[in-house]
Amino acid sequence: MIKGVIEGSFHITGGDFTNAGIASSEVKSILTGLGISSDIVRRAAIATFEAEMNVIIHAVAGVMHYYVSSERIRVVINDMGAGIPDIEQAMQEGFSTAPDWVREMGWGAGMGLPNIKKNSDVFRLESAVGEGTTLEIILNLREEDLHEAE
Amino acid sequence: MKLSEIADRLGIKIKTKDCDTAREVKGCYISDLLSDVMANAKEGDIWITLQTHPNIVAVASLKNLSGIIITNNRTPENDTMKKAEDEHIAIASSPLSTFETGGLLYKMLGC
Ligand SMILES: Nc1ncnc2c1ncn2[C@@H]1O[C@H](COP(=O)(O)OP(=O)(O)O)[C@@H](O)[C@H]1O
Ligand SMILES: [Mg+2]
Repeated sequence: MIKGVIEGSFHITGGDFTNAGIASSEVKSILTGLGISSDIVRRAAIATFEAEMNVIIHAVAGVMHYYVSSERIRVVINDMGAGIPDIEQAMQEGFSTAPDWVREMGWGAGMGLPNIKKNSDVFRLESAVGEGTTLEIILNLREEDLHEAE
Repeated sequence: MKLSEIADRLGIKIKTKDCDTAREVKGCYISDLLSDVMANAKEGDIWITLQTHPNIVAVASLKNLSGIIITNNRTPENDTMKKAEDEHIAIASSPLSTFETGGLLYKMLGC
């Protein structure tokens, strides 16, 4: 049973590929520790990691906040950066503005945002050009998604 | 099939100290695109790739993959090995190409 809202946040630094995955790994282990089913944890891990990567690849700095209750997992990623001029275009599978050196690392396939959407129940993306981007994702929890944590 | 047996039969060494070589390899996924692996690899898969940088460890760890084989004699970067050891992710390098490594694994895993 999850009582109230469990929350926390992580700072993400743009360009910091070395530490990529720390925020999403922490969220993943928190969710696992709360006894949330592996299918939900798997979807949350995909969505949060791709969101974390987008800050690292496309922004200057950001914060990932998570809020977990017995009804849902809500994650909000706020960043300062160039923003997204055309969200509809950014959502298209295969669209990417990542530079060549990032593509050589195997990033920049333009699959991140579509996969985040696919793995979340609610997906909200807002952006102001020259200011930054806010992404909010929610994964709903059903009673059978919550086991007793050990 | 266990990770250690796969390494033996491929004639390669697992470079990571302190990882679970008895782990069951359930399948294999081949890709050099990290978002593709995030989206499509399955838990327990062994991952064949040319990528050598530390982000492969984060991907393997978040997806609960059973290990990473880097092909064409490429070697993981030092930071990659450090991270792999911290997170107990098995990494091996193979002199074979991705095609050859994947072909051998396809037979071994009885696909
Ligand atoms: N946080 C962000 N800040 C600025 N631009 C972004 C951000 N997230 C995504 N984008 C833009 O949307 C595009 C598509 O994103 P995504 O689907 O994750 O693919 P990729 O990251 O592989 O380029 C990016 O190439 C970039 O132009
Ligand atoms: Mg992306």
